[in-house]
Amino acid sequence: MTTNDNIAPISSAGELLAHAYQMELDAQERYDFLADQMETHNNTGLARLFRELSRIEGLHANDIAEQMKGMDIPEIRPVDFKFPGEESPEALDMGDMHYLMTPRQALQLALRAEQNAFAFFNHILKVTTDEEVKGFAAEFAEEEEEHVELVLRELSKYPESEERQREDLDPPVSPE
Amino acid sequence: MNVQQQPAFKAGDYKSDITPIWCPGCGDFHVLLSATKALAELGTPPEKIAVISGIGCSSRIPAYTNCYGFHGVHGRSLALGAGLKVARPDLTVMVMSGDGDGFSIGGNHFLHACRRNIDMTYIVMDNRVYGMTKGQPSPTTEPDWDSALSPGGTGLSPFHPLVIALASGANFVARSFSGNIKATTQTIVEAVRHPGFSFVEILSPCVTFRPDESSWKTQTHSASVEATDDPARAARRIMTDDGFNVGILYRGKRKPYDIHVEDTFKDPAILGEEFAV
Amino acid sequence: MAVLEKVRDRETVAQTAEAAGDSIAFAIVGSGGAGALTAGAILLEAAGKAGWYGLMTRSVGPQIRGGEAAALISLANRPVDCPAEEYDFLVAIDWRNVDRFAKEMPLAENALAIGDPAAGEVPAIIVNTGATLAQTELKELAGAIPGGRENMIAAGIAAGLAGLPIEIVMAVIASKLESKGQGAIDASRRCLEVGMQQARAYGKSYQLRAPSTNGNGRWLITGNEAVGLGAVRGGVRFAAAYPITPATEVLEWLSPSLRKIGGALLQAEDELASINMAIGASFGGRASITATSGPGLSLMVEALGLAIASEVPIVVVDVMRGGPSTGIPTKSEQSDLNIAVYGCHGDAPHIVVAPLSVRDCLFSAQWAVYLAEAMQTAAIILSDQSIGQARALIDSPIDNGFIAERKTVKSVSEEGYNRYAFTDDNISPMAVPGLPGGQYTADGLTHSIRGLPSTKGEDHQKQLDKRRDKVEKFDYGEHWAAIEHNVRDKSPPEFNLLTWGSLAGPAREAMRLLSNEGISVKLIAMRLIAPLRKQELLTELGETARTLIVEQTHSGQFHQYLRAKCDLPGEIRHFHRPGPQPIGPKEICDQIRDWKSS
Repeated sequence: MTTNDNIAPISSAGELLAHAYQMELDAQERYDFLADQMETHNNTGLARLFRELSRIEGLHANDIAEQMKGMDIPEIRPVDFKFPGEESPEALDMGDMHYLMTPRQALQLALRAEQNAFAFFNHILKVTTDEEVKGFAAEFAEEEEEHVELVLRELSKYPESEERQREDLDPPVSPE
Repeated sequence: MNVQQQPAFKAGDYKSDITPIWCPGCGDFHVLLSATKALAELGTPPEKIAVISGIGCSSRIPAYTNCYGFHGVHGRSLALGAGLKVARPDLTVMVMSGDGDGFSIGGNHFLHACRRNIDMTYIVMDNRVYGMTKGQPSPTTEPDWDSALSPGGTGLSPFHPLVIALASGANFVARSFSGNIKATTQTIVEAVRHPGFSFVEILSPCVTFRPDESSWKTQTHSASVEATDDPARAARRIMTDDGFNVGILYRGKRKPYDIHVEDTFKDPAILGEEFAV
Repeated sequence: MAVLEKVRDRETVAQTAEAAGDSIAFAIVGSGGAGALTAGAILLEAAGKAGWYGLMTRSVGPQIRGGEAAALISLANRPVDCPAEEYDFLVAIDWRNVDRFAKEMPLAENALAIGDPAAGEVPAIIVNTGATLAQTELKELAGAIPGGRENMIAAGIAAGLAGLPIEIVMAVIASKLESKGQGAIDASRRCLEVGMQQARAYGKSYQLRAPSTNGNGRWLITGNEAVGLGAVRGGVRFAAAYPITPATEVLEWLSPSLRKIGGALLQAEDELASINMAIGASFGGRASITATSGPGLSLMVEALGLAIASEVPIVVVDVMRGGPSTGIPTKSEQSDLNIAVYGCHGDAPHIVVAPLSVRDCLFSAQWAVYLAEAMQTAAIILSDQSIGQARALIDSPIDNGFIAERKTVKSVSEEGYNRYAFTDDNISPMAVPGLPGGQYTADGLTHSIRGLPSTKGEDHQKQLDKRRDKVEKFDYGEHWAAIEHNVRDKSPPEFNLLTWGSLAGPAREAMRLLSNEGISVKLIAMRLIAPLRKQELLTELGETARTLIVEQTHSGQFHQYLRAKCDLPGEIRHFHRPGPQPIGPKEICDQIRDWKSS
């Protein structure tokens, strides 16, 4: 998990909402991207799972967009978001993907993403002195915690003991 | 407060609606993401950018962007790009290919593109293997990597792209790791902005034929020093690093090649006169 | 619509006998930097100023500097399309290695061979021709003039024999020697005067009659320069270059010329790069060209397929030389026909255009650019060394009006853009980078109409159909061949003379010679090699019972190509042999005469 210790302080509620909104959009886009990949590689079960996760992130993004209405929201360039890692915390690392991955493996990645999101907001909650920022950070942290629990519940449906690693019975091919 | 002008373009504006055929987990996904982020940061309209490639997994990238693209023949992407840039100096030309395409079949063009120093950016996604043809050793593959084509390994020392680029006259030399999206984005931005021929080697793991490359995530580390404009220093640094040192290593000051086609033309009728007796 | 110049297509050649004084051929030879080629070039240009037509070819040894060199010059009061087969006189500054050229400059029966006694005995190969031998102390005469040079004495001799006025020759020399000062110019005049004086002493004269019409002045140009100029007139603004004999002059002419009008030439690291650079530039919307010879064309073939499949227009000039492999770089042959027509893997229809003369290099190149751009495909120009490196005096050519006009999209609607869409004329409008919404990826992979890689049978079939149809159904007009005949009545000629490219010149000359003997001949000289205009060809072959096919290849590539594509009517004979010896009009006449008497 990436550390949040070094991120620059978030100084206004508007800035925090801009970050939260971007995180949800990024997560939604990433899940869609992964769903596309799984469709391309005919892992339909996982494609459905990622598509569903994308839908949930989209709903969350809409909620935040509602909250943003009437607020003073700064416009932030993509490179200037104060995220701790290489990407926004809730976006799954594409480098961890595999076309044969199991739902359990995928959910574990999703769990890590949600935990990162929770840690991000929780960190802001701890360090901020702005009451309004604190209020929103607490709310978002709570929501991410719910997401963590949701993913954990899903994970429990796929116990490790029953997991069977998929295996590609065909050799690789040369498309070009 | 980081409140700035909203950029005219978002990374998504540079992505097409085509789903890549790359294996999930492939480093090239990261490169695509970083490249689109970099282009958004640069703010050049997508129609003013050309992404040129050769053949191989990474060379599929043009169609995954929303820029003008050319998926050419194996190894000749730099020549396509050079012709395009000379003919259309107003365009941002990015040549993007892989280690087999760029360093093996396209090796000669690599030398001369560096030497020519046309203002363009060359990004090589190096996964040290031919993926599209099912896993043969490339010029950057380790000597002992076992494969059907070279059982027990080739026994050959790997090609050193950065040293060659530097020795051949590239004006900007950098190495990046695909998984470091932020750093890769920034490196591409700077490579495009730097005048002349910019070369960026991006270590981009192949999950299918080189699962061992998953260790690159932890093996790569940032260059501990600032980029230099002294080629000798840069060469020493590159020669002695472990191949996983990432960052901008060299920013040259050579003047870019300046031959180009103009926007408007004079009437060619003036050209016959020399033949009149 | 293009304004078309009549390039002597469909012309009836009058049955006029060749009169003495209508043409003259001579050679100047010398080695070690003696200046034979320079002397020849000066005389050729002077002949142009005097209103004559002419052609100069060069024959050189393998040395880069100081080797043996021969300037072979034909002058006439009508256009000269091929080197002479008989030379009226020869001026030898020395005789070193003259054996090498003797076969290329056979002396006529009453020829005059002038040599310097200081250069040793006249070689047997010259003595045996039966030519009148004349001894002139070139070295000594030049030595007596401060700053004098043997080649200028030789030039004076040749000018005197041909009847070129000294003031015209001096005008050429003065402009060439301007930088060397008045002293050099005066010395040259003295040499010319001495040479001309010598010429009078031989008791022979070949005074050429002035041409009947002087037109609008002469041009002095090589085929390679004419290809370059034609290409630029056609709209080329970018060239990529890798040097190769005998095509380099195309590129050397293009480099400064393109720069003058705002274009650019980029030197490549090899031919693999040069053709791809041209494709890249053309993708950017600029008509582009590269030039090479056989070995380079071999390297370019893969990318030719790319241009054809991705429908990016390019023009590739192949100035043919002897092959295969490195072959004979300095000598002509027509043996790249197969690679030009069939070289690409897969089904890859494209254009192959062959210039018919030095002058026609201009027309053919301009037309080829027009065709490539109009059809968004590759056009190969099959020139060859015999016209590429020959310098000719021609009528000042008017622009044939063929200007590149690429079908492009000007704006893109909401529905988006399909680069490889199907259209009525089979030409998919191209988006040029910079056009918002037109973004696409050009691809050499089989693709859908949008340009995305596809392995679907339907996409493959339909794109192949489209690329075939756009080339096959295009209106090439009358330019596919030059058709000439030497009879005025409508009855079918006794013989068809079917040839292509640079052999049009010798074939036309053969037809002229045969008309003197009352043999009626129709010349069909094909300019458009691919796609073959089968129906037009069969119509032109008509009812004539006998067709002689002439080409300069060892294996008969042209003949095989025609046979593979169409059922040629009547009796067919085939005359073919490889280089380096050019095929001349007399050889062609002999073929026809033999056939007639058999």
